[in-house]
Amino acid sequence: MALLSIDHLSISFGGLSAVYNFEMELEKGELHGLIGPNGAGKTTVFNLLTGVYRPDEGIIRLDGTDITGHAPAQISGEGVARTFQNIRLFKALSVIDNVKVGLHARFPYGTLAGVLRLPSYRRMEKEIDDKAMEILEVFDLGDKRDVLSSNLPYGAQRKLEIARAMATDPKLLLLDEPAAGMNPGETGELMDTIRSIRDRFDLTILLIEHDMKLVSGICERLTVLNFGQILAHGETRQVLNDPEVIKAYLGD
Amino acid sequence: MKKKLPEKYGFLFVIFLFWLVLTLLSRAGMLTSHFSSLLVPMTYYAIAAVALNLCVGILGELSIGHAGFMCIGAFSSAIFSLLTRQILPGGVRFFLAFVVGILFAALFGFLIGIPVLRLKGDYLAIVTLAFGEIIKNILQAVYLGVDADGVHIALNMTDFRLSPDGITLIKGAQGVSGTPRDSSFTVAVIVLLLSLIIVQNLIDSRDGRAIMSIRDNRIAAEATGIHVTHYKMLAFTISAAIAGAAGVLFSHNVTTMTNISNYFGYNASIMLLVYVVLGGIGNIRGSVVAAMILYLLPEMMRGLNRYRMLIYAIVLILMMLFNWAPALVALRKKLWQRIRDRRPAVGKEA
Repeated sequence: MALLSIDHLSISFGGLSAVYNFEMELEKGELHGLIGPNGAGKTTVFNLLTGVYRPDEGIIRLDGTDITGHAPAQISGEGVARTFQNIRLFKALSVIDNVKVGLHARFPYGTLAGVLRLPSYRRMEKEIDDKAMEILEVFDLGDKRDVLSSNLPYGAQRKLEIARAMATDPKLLLLDEPAAGMNPGETGELMDTIRSIRDRFDLTILLIEHDMKLVSGICERLTVLNFGQILAHGETRQVLNDPEVIKAYLGD
Repeated sequence: MKKKLPEKYGFLFVIFLFWLVLTLLSRAGMLTSHFSSLLVPMTYYAIAAVALNLCVGILGELSIGHAGFMCIGAFSSAIFSLLTRQILPGGVRFFLAFVVGILFAALFGFLIGIPVLRLKGDYLAIVTLAFGEIIKNILQAVYLGVDADGVHIALNMTDFRLSPDGITLIKGAQGVSGTPRDSSFTVAVIVLLLSLIIVQNLIDSRDGRAIMSIRDNRIAAEATGIHVTHYKMLAFTISAAIAGAAGVLFSHNVTTMTNISNYFGYNASIMLLVYVVLGGIGNIRGSVVAAMILYLLPEMMRGLNRYRMLIYAIVLILMMLFNWAPALVALRKKLWQRIRDRRPAVGKEA
């Protein structure tokens, strides 16, 4: 059974159809690319998948469960995590605290336990601290644990955002232009990171990207969006050579 | 995590020392009666500033009606104390007065939080401002009393038919009188210490991280699984409750609570905000220091009547520069670094 299956997903904003009749099936462990020209509706698809927008029509199923129209925090608990096109870190929090927010739902203790410093607080905080460090080490950020997240270099901020998303223990990870603003060296490193977390955490990844080197390098299959509708989908190489796709990107 | 502890508890110890010195001086008769009378207000303003900083600095929501929560704490607890004056012994009554004041302020914080926390920015500020004014104006207009027939409530003197043997609780613009003077500097400092422990422990916990993540980036917080409404309500309600505790100290520090616009109106809310901003938004300890200095300063300078506000204004500007001017911030960091290099055992700056 597909990990993610999307049927007839549509949303329009004030008469403008942003996404129309979007369909997608992602197999478990797949690394799938969502590409298309600017304004094609890629980020809108992400916002629909994560509950930021409620679709006008359509059904989103994760692992067979209908998650359509659920609130963002609930969807996070159901196993979808994401990063953002324009980095959205918790700027005034340290690197490790950003990851700890990601662990929030997985290590619950009550407000009173926190305020009164009950034993459950100490036990849980210890676990949270260990787990957060473990995740930071995966992303080579362990030595930066107490640095303010906004003081990290750009590439490291992107990595921290992925680390925070991974802390929620997702089944499906959505990456919105992870390579945006990176130099070729950083992009190469990012490709390795994405591949390694997919293998290590048994993850399914859907990513939006304009960097064709990254897309053709790591994505197994692609879906191309243009004006809110699917233009093509299939094997990466096949899709990238599709004359319709080339036309959408470069014009006639 | 361990490194933060000495600094956090160190500040509590400093407050304790401060209390000890002032108490000893007062026992020795070395404080003027004017100065002694300032100690309790100074402390409850510090408590209110801590409460407001939780809302403004940690939750990131601008409230300019926090004096309203103080007002609710003050009136509800004063009414409780008036009603139980004959029945309960002083200590128990005052303790229960805190419970009542805090619960009422928390209840109002919760109820007002429901609509208010859905608003953003300017709208939130306007609604909290209106709330503070409404509370104050209602309590200034209402007549409330109990007698054998039950509770009497009216909006003017003529409609207020309380039998002579009843207890008048609120007498319109004349306010509440006859509240027992239970507040003392010691109790006030205990409440301040408790508020600090609660707020600092809250910040340094799972809930605190959730609250600050909402402040820093609401959309990312939601996507990371944080229930935004829940944590906003939690922080706002706790903030209101602590402001309510400050109100309890207020009402039990004066026998007659009248002319309440001066204490709970718009100006009071702004004054609290000044304490928070100058102490450093999000810096809980800074709020305490700023509230104490800025409360005492104009009071101490009553003698310099003509220049009082002038000096106050200059101090405000200096404090603002001290906190925010980039050159001074860099200088402070350099000094701190130097101290740290010399004594590696000292905890890191938060």
